Amino acid sequence: MYQTTYHRASSLEDAAKLHAGGDDPKFVAGGMTLIPAMKTRLSAPSDLIDLRHIDGMKGIRISGQQVEIGALTTHADLAQSKELEKACHSLHYMANHVGDPLVRHLGTMGGCVANNDPAQDYPAALLALDATIITTSREMKADDFFTGLFETALEEGEIVKAVRFTAPDQCGYEKFRNPASRYAMTGVFVAKGAGGVRVAVTGAGDNGVYRETEMEEKLAANFSADALEGVTVSPSNMMSDIHASAEYRANLVVVMAKRAVAKAAGH
Amino acid sequence: MSDVSMVVNGRKVTGNVEDRTLLVQYLRENLGLTGTHVGCDTSQCGACVVHLDGKAIKSCSILAVQASGSEVTTIEGLAPDADLHPMQAAFKEHHGLQCGFCTPGMIMTAVDMVRRHPGGLDEKTVRNDLEGNICRCTGYHNIVKSVLAGAEAMSGKTETKAA
Repeated sequence: MYQTTYHRASSLEDAAKLHAGGDDPKFVAGGMTLIPAMKTRLSAPSDLIDLRHIDGMKGIRISGQQVEIGALTTHADLAQSKELEKACHSLHYMANHVGDPLVRHLGTMGGCVANNDPAQDYPAALLALDATIITTSREMKADDFFTGLFETALEEGEIVKAVRFTAPDQCGYEKFRNPASRYAMTGVFVAKGAGGVRVAVTGAGDNGVYRETEMEEKLAANFSADALEGVTVSPSNMMSDIHASAEYRANLVVVMAKRAVAKAAGH
Repeated sequence: MSDVSMVVNGRKVTGNVEDRTLLVQYLRENLGLTGTHVGCDTSQCGACVVHLDGKAIKSCSILAVQASGSEVTTIEGLAPDADLHPMQAAFKEHHGLQCGFCTPGMIMTAVDMVRRHPGGLDEKTVRNDLEGNICRCTGYHNIVKSVLAGAEAMSGKTETKAA
């Protein structure tokens, strides 16, 4: 790891000030992606601004159908929440399958959202749930927030404070795990709510998380795995690496989508 | 350089370290607590698991300065005196190890697992929750047996012999 200068922010204002004073600063929350990236010198921030100790950014608030999750809420917090399981069982399931129990004790919702790793699970959930991302300066729809591989609409110094969504009527998530590291080589989240059916795919597309609109139309007419019979996904916009070719991932998208719908219907 | 201050195994410690110092380095090199191991150094193997404020984490993936102000428990601090902790005793009795390199991390994860499942453990849960700990010798069979026996001993249902 290269040298870095650590700062512990006491508030969001303090974090913004520290960020403005840094040469090439980065925010850190749980650090489960950033610290390993710094160890391998893929990332070398001059200043590391720790958000983990800021008050009021942690917790799950559920009021009626509205669910709001503070950015510093850990995967373990989500995985242990009975209320979340009741409101959105697939997000609860997802939180239980991020990394391992040790990583889940530190990694946060906000960190995952801001990082937008193409193999991360949450972006698929938030996109399918038509979630709103609340930052220090504005609110954005997930459709506008996730812009590409490791890319979001966040401006310099802008911090994710929370995410908010309306609990769906039905939802399902299924991922094909990398056999060694268990991250989503392809993950599909389906959600059916007042606004219709949305299908979001992570781990497969070459521009990060995206929506499968053809599947959404078929499922809007008939919300069952049968509706996806015969649907194919073009490999032209899929990632390809030593673990899975573009063609393989394109097929996985259909298989995972069918399983996710079956799960949603069976719940 | 930053000042760090934390409670490690019940003892208050302070030091001055480079900001990039990992918690595991601080524990091993500054405090001499070499029971916490570095296996893969890439967040996968879990040989470095310690408890941070009561929760199991990988000490190779957090800086010492990030942990400043916290309470840390390492394998050395699990049993307060000369006796083994029930989970340590269970690993010994059920031979939950071969080379022993992964064992400190396995035991710290296992104790945390018991905390997270107050209703008790079954084999499926144990195998599932060992996701973050890798053993290259045993094939996990005796580790799972040890964790189940240790969990029972911790709940006070059965006596686990330490000898």
